[in-house]
Amino acid sequence: MSYDKRFDGRKFDETRPMEAKAGVIPRAVGSGWFKIGNTEAYAAVYGPREMFPKFMQDPQKGVLRCNYNMMPFSSGGERVRPGPSRRSKEISFVMERALRPVVDLTEFPNAVVDVFIELPQTDAGTRCAGICAASIALADAGIPMKDMVCAISAGRVIDKMIIDLNYEEDSHEDGVDIPIAMLHNSKQISLLQMDGELSVEQLKTAMKMVEKACEQIFEVQKAALKKKFEVQ
Amino acid sequence: MHEELRNEIISLLSKQVRLDGRKPDQYRNISIETGVSKNAEGSARVKIGETEVIAGVKMEVMTPYPDTPDQGSLMVNVELYPMSSPEFESGPPDSYSIELARVTDRGIRESKCIDTKKLCIKEGEKAWTVVIDVCTMNDSGNLFDAISLAATAALKSAVFPTFDGEKIDYKHKTDKKIPLNKLPVTVTVFKYGNHLMIDPTNEEDKIYDSRLTVSVLENGNICSLQKGGNEAVTQDDAIRMIELAREKSKELRKHI
Repeated sequence: MSYDKRFDGRKFDETRPMEAKAGVIPRAVGSGWFKIGNTEAYAAVYGPREMFPKFMQDPQKGVLRCNYNMMPFSSGGERVRPGPSRRSKEISFVMERALRPVVDLTEFPNAVVDVFIELPQTDAGTRCAGICAASIALADAGIPMKDMVCAISAGRVIDKMIIDLNYEEDSHEDGVDIPIAMLHNSKQISLLQMDGELSVEQLKTAMKMVEKACEQIFEVQKAALKKKFEVQ
Repeated sequence: MHEELRNEIISLLSKQVRLDGRKPDQYRNISIETGVSKNAEGSARVKIGETEVIAGVKMEVMTPYPDTPDQGSLMVNVELYPMSSPEFESGPPDSYSIELARVTDRGIRESKCIDTKKLCIKEGEKAWTVVIDVCTMNDSGNLFDAISLAATAALKSAVFPTFDGEKIDYKHKTDKKIPLNKLPVTVTVFKYGNHLMIDPTNEEDKIYDSRLTVSVLENGNICSLQKGGNEAVTQDDAIRMIELAREKSKELRKHI
């Protein structure tokens, strides 16, 4: 058996259409919106502000804290119960680790930079879309950063390596999902997860596919930020 | 600080103006967009000025309550996301979000716009539950009106998912809408000193003396009330506030 044609007709190395905006939430210090196919993520940054509870403060540098949440009506199945779940907590902290390598919070001891990620509509790839939106929001907020973070899933369905899995591909019984976050300039990886069976050669292919797609993501992110700071 | 702001607002109100130049009874620009979340059975984004909320409807099949075996049910929930304001925190719903949800719920329920008997599939066994979740995106004041408007707009756009008698197929929606009667419109009137105002910004939203949320039916009758704020109001003032809400409801109704 082979996967000859993708469910939505895309080429194997073709991402879904992407869109982004910066500054979508006026009350936040910075904010971003990133849409890829039918997956849509908002991110809002608050801070640097004093960290509570106090025992979590770091006197050496500020702390980056993420909170990932799917809106109750965002899923393709049943209503998602509001409030944190094991899944949303894990995604929140892998997102923190995906973003921490690019932010420099040494100037903000004892402070926290909060990033809230909300998804009104989902079709796989939510953590990656969230990271792309969060990266825009952090830049919009003026948090010192040395790079942008771009994230997307690669994977395998039956015999083919593909980029940007949608829900049908993600939930395929002979499918592998590999969400990867990459720092744009250094091409380093700050998020890497996988489930399913894969050869090392296939993983290398996946990394190359992600590297190529991240170039596109970066251009979308950059355009969104430029548009916001354009002189009218 | 609040005292000074309050004095400023009252002195402006006596000249019939506000901090942002509006008249006391003037809404900011209102926009409604439906179908904003494809996975929901119905959804709507409402913007009132910079205030923005998204409402989504999910349908579930449940066993009817024992005291109403021939009826489906309605549930309204409000999520005050910390994304939408520096004043909101993560965690379980606080009293403000519960009040917002219950006031919105009562406006819809008591207008009888949903005929819950039509949601019954099999008496005593299966009936539809309509769950409306309203999520705040940006709080720049007047969440009561924005949330109610979004909830009714989402409800109006909602369709049933496919149901084969056993399981719901959320991937395939039908084109059958939820049977609805005339929708309610909710207007909240705020009182500062002797002055009335609607649609406060988030600054104005903090320092009012009292407020009254009024759900108005199409025939001009009212179907739910909620008084808030720390000051009492005279009976005449309450009627004055309701009259203003009824007047402004005509304007809001054009949007749904």
